[in-house]
Amino acid sequence: MNSYLDTDELGFYGDFGGAYIPELLRPNIEELEQAFSYYRNDAQFIDEYKSLLKDYVGRPTPLYFSAKLSATFGAKIYLKREDLCHTGAHKVNNTIGQILLAKRMGKSTIIAETGAGQHGVATATACALSGMECKVFMGEKDIERQAPNVLRMNYLGAEVIPAVSGSKTLKDATNEAIRYWINHPETFYLIGSVVGPHPYPKMVAEFQSIISEEIRQQLLEKEGRRNPDIVIACVGGGSNAAGAFYHFYDVPEVQLIAVEAAGEGVMTGKSAATSALGTPGVIHGSMTLLMQDQDGQITEPHSISAGLDYPGIGPLHAHTISSGRVQAIAVTDNEALEAAHALALTEGIIPALETAHALGALNQLTLNPDDVVVINLSGRGDKDLETIAKFINKTS
Amino acid sequence: MKLKTTHPLLSIFLTAGYPQLNDLPRQLALLEKYGVDFVEVGIPFSDPLADGPVIQESSTIALKNGMQLSLIFQQLKAVNTSVPLVLMGYLNPILQFGMDRFLAEANHVGVKHVVLPDLSIEIYERSYKEIFDHYGVTPCFLVTPKTSDDRIRKAARLSEKGFVYLVSTNATTGSQHLTTLNLQERYREVKSLCGATPVIMGFGIRDKATFEAATVDVDGAIIGSAFIQALGSGKEEEFLAQLKSPK
Ligand SMILES: Cc1ncc(COP(=O)(O)O)c(C=O)c1O
Repeated sequence: MNSYLDTDELGFYGDFGGAYIPELLRPNIEELEQAFSYYRNDAQFIDEYKSLLKDYVGRPTPLYFSAKLSATFGAKIYLKREDLCHTGAHKVNNTIGQILLAKRMGKSTIIAETGAGQHGVATATACALSGMECKVFMGEKDIERQAPNVLRMNYLGAEVIPAVSGSKTLKDATNEAIRYWINHPETFYLIGSVVGPHPYPKMVAEFQSIISEEIRQQLLEKEGRRNPDIVIACVGGGSNAAGAFYHFYDVPEVQLIAVEAAGEGVMTGKSAATSALGTPGVIHGSMTLLMQDQDGQITEPHSISAGLDYPGIGPLHAHTISSGRVQAIAVTDNEALEAAHALALTEGIIPALETAHALGALNQLTLNPDDVVVINLSGRGDKDLETIAKFINKTS
Repeated sequence: MKLKTTHPLLSIFLTAGYPQLNDLPRQLALLEKYGVDFVEVGIPFSDPLADGPVIQESSTIALKNGMQLSLIFQQLKAVNTSVPLVLMGYLNPILQFGMDRFLAEANHVGVKHVVLPDLSIEIYERSYKEIFDHYGVTPCFLVTPKTSDDRIRKAARLSEKGFVYLVSTNATTGSQHLTTLNLQERYREVKSLCGATPVIMGFGIRDKATFEAATVDVDGAIIGSAFIQALGSGKEEEFLAQLKSPK
């Protein structure tokens, strides 16, 4: 059977993906692909990964029935509580998997890019756990707006290296990480989302697939069925969405909704709604949808949320959105801020601003009372309080 | 371009549109005067992944100046130079321009060779080989000392009407640590694996000494970042004079 998750021998999901990398990185990519294809089927590797997810990360994360959201929006709304993972976001599911792989590959230095700092923190954490050296590239603008996470990374022993080129956000941090990798091919590049050259998108999606694996079990207990009607997740690069959608891609009756950051509005020129504004092109080693001008220069996105402030999306998302399997919705900065505050006030949960976009999508949907809706609550919002406070001061 | 390999070939890389938008014709005339064997004309890109700070900066400035692919072709159409030209650029701007249109224009202005660092041999063969063949344009593939022998042979075969671009060391462009000495043996192996296809070394070559060291083992070498720096400070003629005497 054909699956949306299948890649061909060059790592393409349909027209998207592949490995568009300088020859300099070829040996690294081949080495990674070999290690990944071996260890993903290795019982000992899987055991170690699963047991760390359980005892260290704190999985399974709860599937929480939100009575308040359900009443407000007229459906049965569940929150998949990835914010309760150790370090406060889904990112750690992936960093634990990749660090175990890096260890088996004999690597001792890890490099990573980060936007919101959640992936940086999760990488620094995994490195501390396994005694690896850790360097995290982070855009200068993000260092400012996600300061608490910079402190956390430093405290965990990681070096945070500012990316000062371009828009000084996630795209530029990724450029700098790739350049460092070219110059230091002995390091392991631990990518934080389902982006980059093959096999990264496939590998990160697999490490995040635990999210939907658990949703299926938990829904069976709570609703007597494995499949929800709708799954909603925000998309920066798309790792939490890939994990939340993973086991539902090939179940056509489950509606999958990817929520992108509209920024100040999709048509304002200050947006990060990649699937609405993007066209096919190559960014960070893969063919995908990306925001670019008519000359093929990559344009600077905007979102209040550092983790969604990225001009591309993972090739799996480009493939599933273009083919109509996944529906993309865009939510503005303001709508996300409102949705975040509403959840804080009614449920006592402060979501990350990235996650708040997924919550903000509820306003745009027409729901039936029996619809079972799962929103992937990808992370907690402690890191965003300063950004939120600034916004409140500006508007009050 | 049929590369004469009777002497070590000197190639210069520059970013089109840097430091000023319309500098290319004047720069090409100067390079011709100094007997440069071929010139790589870089197409500026917003996110040049394999480049160090010097070429990144030249790209940023060229784009700010308003450089775009269509203008490069316009400028190349107007120049009359005997120096063979190679277009070098990342894939994305070319894909937006249209690969078909890019190759047609290249052919039209007499450019027969392109270097596309982020296009792999595999993707080239699957998606673009046919159309390159149609327009008679040759892709010159990059190899590194770490590239496998089989892959080097394959690159040499696909690039046989041009050259194989040997990246001296694992580094972004402009890096200072050219480790010629301990890699010399590998360079010679690469040269022999490539058979009749010329091997041109790039990355880290910056003056007469490094050029001479590089060309002991291979057919030629490319100077990029160092020339761009000279352009930035208006000292390009002095730079060329220390490499070669004018014709
Ligand atoms: C909490 C949270 N959610 C979502 C994202 C967006 O990343 P992705 O789309 O890969 O899940 C981030 C990225 O930093 C994040 O921290």
